Amino acid sequence: MSGLQLQLDCAGADGFRLQLREDLPGEGITAIHGPSGSGKTTLLECVAGLRDPGPGSEIRWRNQVWHDAGGSLPPWERRCGVVFQDARLFPHLNVQDNLEYARKRRRGAAGPELAQVADWLQLTDLLERDSASLSAGQKQRAAIARALLGGPGLLLLDEPLANLDKPARQQCLHLLLRLKRELGLPMLFVSHDIEETSQLADHLLLLEAGTVSGRGPMVELSSRLDTSLAQEDQAAAILCGKVRDHDEAFGLTRLEVAGQPLYVRHLPEAPGQERRLRIPARDVSVCRQRPADSSILNILPVRLCEIRASTPSRALLRLALGEQYLLAQVTRKSISQLGLAPGDQLFAQIKSVALLSEARE
Amino acid sequence: MSPDVLDAITLTVALASTTTLLLLLLGTPLAWWLSRQRGNLGALLEALVATPLILPPTVLGFYLLLMFAPDGALGQAWQAITGRPLAFSFSALVIGSVIYSLPFVVQPLQTAFQKVPRDLLQAAATLGAPPWDQFRSVVVPLSRRSFLVAAALGFAHTVGEFGVVLMIGGNIPGETQVLSIALYDQVESLQFAEAHRLAAGLVLFSLGLLFLLYRDDRTRGDHRHHWRVQA
Repeated sequence: MSGLQLQLDCAGADGFRLQLREDLPGEGITAIHGPSGSGKTTLLECVAGLRDPGPGSEIRWRNQVWHDAGGSLPPWERRCGVVFQDARLFPHLNVQDNLEYARKRRRGAAGPELAQVADWLQLTDLLERDSASLSAGQKQRAAIARALLGGPGLLLLDEPLANLDKPARQQCLHLLLRLKRELGLPMLFVSHDIEETSQLADHLLLLEAGTVSGRGPMVELSSRLDTSLAQEDQAAAILCGKVRDHDEAFGLTRLEVAGQPLYVRHLPEAPGQERRLRIPARDVSVCRQRPADSSILNILPVRLCEIRASTPSRALLRLALGEQYLLAQVTRKSISQLGLAPGDQLFAQIKSVALLSEARE
Repeated sequence: MSPDVLDAITLTVALASTTTLLLLLLGTPLAWWLSRQRGNLGALLEALVATPLILPPTVLGFYLLLMFAPDGALGQAWQAITGRPLAFSFSALVIGSVIYSLPFVVQPLQTAFQKVPRDLLQAAATLGAPPWDQFRSVVVPLSRRSFLVAAALGFAHTVGEFGVVLMIGGNIPGETQVLSIALYDQVESLQFAEAHRLAAGLVLFSLGLLFLLYRDDRTRGDHRHHWRVQA
């Protein structure tokens, strides 16, 4: 089944222009990532029907035409839920009535029960509250609940966590992950925050100055050296691991990644659960021999796949670990001294495993 | 109180109520349209709506009288449909009052509608609300107070009108003699004691109504008085 087919040529203010032609997947979470002003929100508004995508543009969702030369399906008929950065709860309605507003306008579409959604988003005790009296995190949770109660076929999230403080952001992210598992609702998620994106997204669309600069499965794309993601400091690979057991005495959790053990800070997940780890390239170094008596816990055998100079002094390495990849940031001098070349068998030392959800702490 | 004055009070209240009701019915869509309109046509209509604020009421009354006259366009049509003349009738007063008080209803509503964030309407649209539903479920509840203000101002202003009524209504007791005309009559016939009572009554009514509105505005912490009519 085809997903979201986009052909946009949308002119904005100050000569900005969003031009792209993309087929986005019809399932899972697709993140649209890019710096401010790259056209992320414009893209979302075009999909939601809140902005004219410009002459010659076409938008199709699962073979239903939303916009083409023949006309445009108005937003109220697209069944496309939107969670705005600023929540946009109706100030004259309390939380419950905000949710009811969406439920009453489902137009026959199937959707979850109000009590169920309130429970998912931890709103049950807030239903009677005036929407203006909520904290930013509570507002955003209510906005997500309201969008879900509309019974959308596609959920658009525009920087939903950007206005939240750290604890609220973590909580919301956790809830979104849970919704992703339980609902299977396709989502387009706009963010300029790579941490959020890495944790949530299955697919990634990279935007730069109104054009697409990269696309693909999130995990694969994050391990490539030729995208804007690989720009120096923020370069990081994503590993998928399975929780093996917890070492309560030392406060560690042992994961298994490609058959290798990986020790990380204690995780809440039960043994057997999948977990994503975002490992910044600057935390990974390589050596030819397995170091003995090292303080570093995680030393993994890898194969060097690719070397790319990132600055005159530094370079990024792409390292294969089974089917997955790690990135390492090293100096070009080290490459020369060690005589590194693609195909070499090396050991990667991971200084500190920065877990996605904890990377901001 | 003389029966004439009682008649005048009843008539004035009837006229002001009918006018206010009609103004809310006509003024709401007009204000909504104006609040969304940019460009010359919108500006022209806005100017037309505001004209009664600065035009001498006698000018308005004069043109209305010409139209309402049995040989005037509106007068003829009215006679043909209802079988009765329009000039010097209660209906003529209502039409005149609607035009005369239009800005007092349209302007507060238009300001209120303009203040409803477009963001909220977008949110409503994505939740499945077509435009009329957005208006009913978001714009009207958020502008509730301005509807009250518009109705109060429309009512009070109609009670206070004189020039237009005098031109198109004449001075028929029980038919077209409203309070302000009755007062004029009393002064003309040197009945100062009665005139005092009426005049003081009208002052108290106007002052009281405005006081209630302003007080309510202050207790809501809204000192912007966005609904004040601006000519």
